[in-house]
Amino acid sequence: MGSRASTLLREEEIEEIKKETGFSHSQITRLYSRFTSLDKGENGTLSREDFQRIPELAINPLGDRIINAFFPEGEDQVNFRGFMRTLAHFRPIEDNEKSRNPTASEPLNSRTNKLLFAFRLYDLDRDDKISRDELLQVLRMMVGVNISDEQLGSIADRTIQEADTNGDSSISFNEFIKVLEKVDVEQKMSIRFLH
Amino acid sequence: MDTIVLSVFVFSLNCCFSCKLLRKTCTLPPIFCSAELQSPGNVLPNFLTLIISLCMLPFFLFESLILNVFHRPGVNRAYRTPQLPWATLRMEMGAKEKNQELYKPYTNGIIAKEPPSSLQQEILELRGSANGLRSEPEFEMADIFYFCRRGVESIVDDEVTKRFSAQELESWNLLTRSNYNFRHISLRLTVLWGLGILIRYGVLLPLRVTLAVTGICLLLVLTTLVAFLPNAELRSYLSEKVHLMCYRICVRALTAIITYHNSENKPKNGGICVANHTTPIDVIILANDGCYSLVGQVHGGLMGMVQRAMVKSSSHIWFERSEVKDRHLVAKRLGDHVADKTKQPILVFPEGTCINNTSVMMFKKGSFEIGCTVYPVAIKYDPRFGDAFWNSSKFGMVSYLLRMMSSWAIVCSVWYLPPMNREEGEDAVQFANRVKAAIAAQGGLVDLIWDGGLKRAKVKDVFKEEQQKLYSKVLVGDSEDQMEDKCSEDGTAEGDESSKDPTEGQ
Repeated sequence: MGSRASTLLREEEIEEIKKETGFSHSQITRLYSRFTSLDKGENGTLSREDFQRIPELAINPLGDRIINAFFPEGEDQVNFRGFMRTLAHFRPIEDNEKSRNPTASEPLNSRTNKLLFAFRLYDLDRDDKISRDELLQVLRMMVGVNISDEQLGSIADRTIQEADTNGDSSISFNEFIKVLEKVDVEQKMSIRFLH
Repeated sequence: MDTIVLSVFVFSLNCCFSCKLLRKTCTLPPIFCSAELQSPGNVLPNFLTLIISLCMLPFFLFESLILNVFHRPGVNRAYRTPQLPWATLRMEMGAKEKNQELYKPYTNGIIAKEPPSSLQQEILELRGSANGLRSEPEFEMADIFYFCRRGVESIVDDEVTKRFSAQELESWNLLTRSNYNFRHISLRLTVLWGLGILIRYGVLLPLRVTLAVTGICLLLVLTTLVAFLPNAELRSYLSEKVHLMCYRICVRALTAIITYHNSENKPKNGGICVANHTTPIDVIILANDGCYSLVGQVHGGLMGMVQRAMVKSSSHIWFERSEVKDRHLVAKRLGDHVADKTKQPILVFPEGTCINNTSVMMFKKGSFEIGCTVYPVAIKYDPRFGDAFWNSSKFGMVSYLLRMMSSWAIVCSVWYLPPMNREEGEDAVQFANRVKAAIAAQGGLVDLIWDGGLKRAKVKDVFKEEQQKLYSKVLVGDSEDQMEDKCSEDGTAEGDESSKDPTEGQ
């Protein structure tokens, strides 16, 4: 029988996800349908293989890092809540959200959280610093075999030099934010979800 | 004509039964008939069989008549009643009354994707640099945003994985299998749905199964008979008639309502007919209108019997499992077949696997290397009456056929496109892509360069390496550009590696 997307997801769950992520009801049901279509094992969770089955993601040089971002520390399965929480980072920032109550916790798709997502793609060991090695690793993933080690090394050194302000030859999150302050993060790290 | 043959067939069945019956109720003196045959218990079941087979005869005539009516153009239009949107409207109204949200299939996509631009362009936009590439290598930390966003976009909605499962419909067609909102919305709708189940499984399915079985039996019997004829011309003429008739019966068995367009472009002898592949039924739909030579692997069981019977009266190309991988052998046999102008055109599905009829995926270049005329055919199914796509990872052949025979109908359009030949300076891959684009344009399908084999296999690493190469060009700059003239800017995914597979793969 066809997938009964909306009947398997309870109304209370949809409400909770709505509050946590800010997606609308119809967006959540559609994304749930997508989640179930990726879930070949039909056990309500996605594994890394499920993601790697997407060809366009498999050819993305940073594909593995992006997949990693969905899985919490040390776990191999992600459920729908976790899936939505990660996707929420890519929701566009709406104007009416900016004037929200400042004491409420920051929404997942704020500029800072988007930057944190990107920062974590670099910072594999989660020590809140991008070391030279980590930077080199990401660079190597993005260029493959086309650039020599020395050239890549000098690119990494120059980048750290430009960004590092406190002289510890690694990039902290604040330094990262400073480097990217002119970049339109809201637009570049947002996906236009249709209603 | 097929009604006549069917009637003859059933009549002969009846005769056999009647003879058996007469013998058993013979009026010869008891010494000539054995005692057990005279017992009344034996006679009754035989009578029943006779009555049932006599009743089946009008059934056949009745169904042929009814199904004949569907093939008239006027009724075709009437059959496509606005029944379906009504059902959806009813559901929406019901949902509003109860203040519930309806799940709407994402026919417009979940996300709005920007028109694809090259990797270079996007990264430069990201950096905000107005100049072109600089001579010294330059890297910005913001570059990863490009890959990051593309990656997450493909997680939410990608072009490939959704082609391997049945298309979602905008309005409900009263089949549970295509319904996402099935709740008790209104009594009337549920009653209608229940009635639909009764009709489909109680009336339509048995009739159709009977027809299908009859069609296959007739095919086996008649092709074997025709093979005994000595005169080659008469044999080929009769075999054509027999094949067409049996396929027509099979089409009726599925209640397939087919519209053929541009019949003047029908494939001729000495050519290859290529079509997009959605289901094994494609063969029946095309063979209903013309005779083709089929290409495929030798199967065992019932399929094997059918294959052997067909080969007796007309030439088809069946490969042993071991021969399939041998590209030269395959090419040679196909080449020999098209060189002989008396043989029928070959039917090939270059995608190699079933795709869900919303797109056309990469054509394998094998059939395009032979160098003969290619007759493209576009097949488009209307999913509202029954989705014909065969999801081979979900359903086996038998359950698939049962689902087909319990849908409302299979409605499709077939367009015969003008024949194409390979042009000067065009290699097989480019020719294949040109044919694919023509088929996609005619059928209203999305033209994809991805390989249909990705249904089961992993994507090859070489495509990732292409992306990496493009990015390193952005980093390192112009000096490399001058060395490489033929850089593929848009990362085309055409592979030379895919081995030729002309068999009707599923």
